[in-house]
Amino acid sequence: MSTVTPSAHPHAEHGHPPFLQHHFREMAQQFDAAKIGMWLFLVTEVLLFGGLFVGYGIMHARHPEAFMAAHHHLDRTLGALNTVVLLISSFTMVMSVWAAQTDRRKLLILFLALTILCAGVFMVVKYFEYSHKFHEGLLPGKYYSHKGDTVPGQFMFFSFYFMMTGLHGIHVLAGMVAIAWLLVRALKGHFSSEYYSPVEVTGLYWHLVDLIWIYLFPLMYLIS
Amino acid sequence: MSEGVLHAGAGHAAHHADYLEEPKGLWSWLTTVDHKRIGLMYMWSVLFFFLVGGLFALLIRLELLTPKQTIMDAETYNRVFTLHGAIMTFLVIIPAIPGALGNFALPLLLGAKDVAFPRLNLASLYIYWTGAAMAVATLALGGVDTGWTFYTPYSTTTGGGVSLMVLAAFVLGFSSIFTGVNFIATVHKLRAPGMGWFEMPLFCWGMYATAIIQILATPVLGITLLLIVMERVLGVGIFDPQLGGDPVLFQHFFWFYSHPAVYIMILPAMAVISEVIPTFSKKTIFGYKAIAFSSVAIALLGFLVWAHHMFVAGMSLFAGAIFSFLTFFIAVPSAIKVFNWIATMWRGSISLEAPMLHAISFLLIFTIGGLTGLFLAALSTDVHLHDTYFVVAHFHFVMAGANLIALLAGMHYWWPKMFGRMYNRRLAAIAAGIIFVGFNLTFLPQFVLGSRGMPRRYFNYLPQFQDLHVISTVGSWVLAAGLFLTAAYLLASFRQPKGMPANPWGGRTLEWETTSPPTTHNFEGQPVLQHGPYDYRPEPAPVGVKEMAH
Ligand code: HEM
Ligand SMILES: [Cu+2]
Repeated sequence: MSTVTPSAHPHAEHGHPPFLQHHFREMAQQFDAAKIGMWLFLVTEVLLFGGLFVGYGIMHARHPEAFMAAHHHLDRTLGALNTVVLLISSFTMVMSVWAAQTDRRKLLILFLALTILCAGVFMVVKYFEYSHKFHEGLLPGKYYSHKGDTVPGQFMFFSFYFMMTGLHGIHVLAGMVAIAWLLVRALKGHFSSEYYSPVEVTGLYWHLVDLIWIYLFPLMYLIS
Repeated sequence: MSEGVLHAGAGHAAHHADYLEEPKGLWSWLTTVDHKRIGLMYMWSVLFFFLVGGLFALLIRLELLTPKQTIMDAETYNRVFTLHGAIMTFLVIIPAIPGALGNFALPLLLGAKDVAFPRLNLASLYIYWTGAAMAVATLALGGVDTGWTFYTPYSTTTGGGVSLMVLAAFVLGFSSIFTGVNFIATVHKLRAPGMGWFEMPLFCWGMYATAIIQILATPVLGITLLLIVMERVLGVGIFDPQLGGDPVLFQHFFWFYSHPAVYIMILPAMAVISEVIPTFSKKTIFGYKAIAFSSVAIALLGFLVWAHHMFVAGMSLFAGAIFSFLTFFIAVPSAIKVFNWIATMWRGSISLEAPMLHAISFLLIFTIGGLTGLFLAALSTDVHLHDTYFVVAHFHFVMAGANLIALLAGMHYWWPKMFGRMYNRRLAAIAAGIIFVGFNLTFLPQFVLGSRGMPRRYFNYLPQFQDLHVISTVGSWVLAAGLFLTAAYLLASFRQPKGMPANPWGGRTLEWETTSPPTTHNFEGQPVLQHGPYDYRPEPAPVGVKEMAH
């Protein structure tokens, strides 16, 4: 969204800060607006996932045995690994913001790159998990074809598993694109203690993506 | 009429051309980030779809002229009313006032140069166009016959373009969210210096409250619609009773959005009316804070009443009673507003220009629409009235009546500001009358029809209902005539020379203190607020705007 893509001010020669958009009076105002915009966007994200969480909760309550049985097909180790990877990426993201705020350009570049790396690891792990499920026929809805089930109705669990982790995965990908774009701008030297709002608001987004996973992990992998 | 003129429109903008002229060319419009241009493009798009949806409406009414098949078969009828409802809700009423008037007027009213995120704003328009194209494309897939509510399990089993239509509504939701995000950030951060929250024109409060709902409700609809697609494509099972799912869950999800959505439709209408009435009564608005807070109250309470659409869908009596009570409760803030508007007019010096005439129609129509909502909110009467023409009449009073008439009020009010030209005011007054009569002729009989048992969404009916149906159909022609007349004189205004003064109506809000039409950056310099938005004291504060240097 454009909150994070302020264009260079066309009248920069007037002595305005270079990234101040023409309709703002000062950088602080623009920065606050960007933050408000991102927080509101995050609220919509929470509600978007919220619908799925509520649906999951209700269906889990109706079919507890099926959900219980189905979740044994997930690999807890891989899930835990991904949780750790994302937590680390949240940390490196925080460090990126700090580096931008304190004019540490090299560190900024390093931490952004590390964040992308973690996100990449997460996606690779997810890829292996998904292909394993595909292979076993552990698929959503009518495509579920796993053999030898003793408890019926397990397809419902996988419907939610794929919808929720899928939607989350899309958000991770979007985050990778956004952070890659931050990296490009960091390499060009756009960010400084005067201007770092894109790093900060992207960071907010990234923490939310992590947070959602923190809820998904126990919900999917650790049913008891 | 020219009292309170501050600038002589033409000539003032010596070094900045007006926003309509500069820059030139179609490409400059398609890539503009100017909120006024985006607002106009929204307006033309919405009006276009209003025409399309309106033609479908005329077809529906024509079919209902006789008890048996008149012009189309039952299958076609289902598709026509679905398209009518979906187009009118998602492509017309929801985006109409925020997208068109809100985008145009909000920054001007706040004394800002633009909305907070201009490019996001343009994105919302393109997303709207994308969603609109998808909705229209469903026709190629054989249309949609579920009704605009997409109830499961029918919507997950019937053929046709349901998935595409549902995705279209999903996409349109993003455009609505982007507008909401923009307006909240704009109201928070871009008010003119000196403009505190309570010096803001009430239009801005209304847009702010609308934006809250757009942000809190739309995502839930989005995920619900995606779940329908998932159900259709993958058979995920959540709404399918045969697979262990629950179709009523869909209704809960859907109305959790769609009841608040009715306030996405009505709050902007109230916002417009709160501007028009003081200007044409030349009086300070009565109960500013009551109006402002009731908007926010509506926005929040609106989330607690969704299940009143489901009284007969199988819920416990206890839950029904709670939802019924809460629904009665939400009528209170609406009533507060109505009383405040009337008190504003009381002893004002009222001039019956077209915007004011539409505002008065709004008051009458909204009052009927709101009060009939209370019949539906009462459990025992709703069992009788649910899914009848009574409900159809109720929601047309509040949606088509109140929202669209407020859109007309706002368009007539800001037209000279948008284009620097004036329409034929006498024709406008006549058209406002025709529209009011036509509207009531169309929809008042439907209350009677419904209370006598005429079900909604039926294409045949018992002969004893015919008289009232005929009145309603004739009414739809009168209404259409009024609207076509409006279109004609509004378009004819483009043959008038530009030359409106800055403040043709003598309004006191900031948009009247810049040229008509404004320059691209709205104001020369940053306006600083010097008096309240509805300051009509006999000796008004000397100057409205202190022009600060660049
Ligand atoms: C003033 C307070 C209002 C109350 C108490 C109220 C109450 C109700 C109730 C109880 C129903 C359900 C009837 C049924 O299906 O049996 C209903 C339906 C409806 N109302 Fe309202 N309403 C109010 C205002 C509005 C407003 C402002 C709008 C829109 C601008 C609106 C739009 C609708 C729509 C679209 C439906 C029917 C949807 C459908 O089933 O297709 N209402 N109203
Ligand atoms: Cu409702």
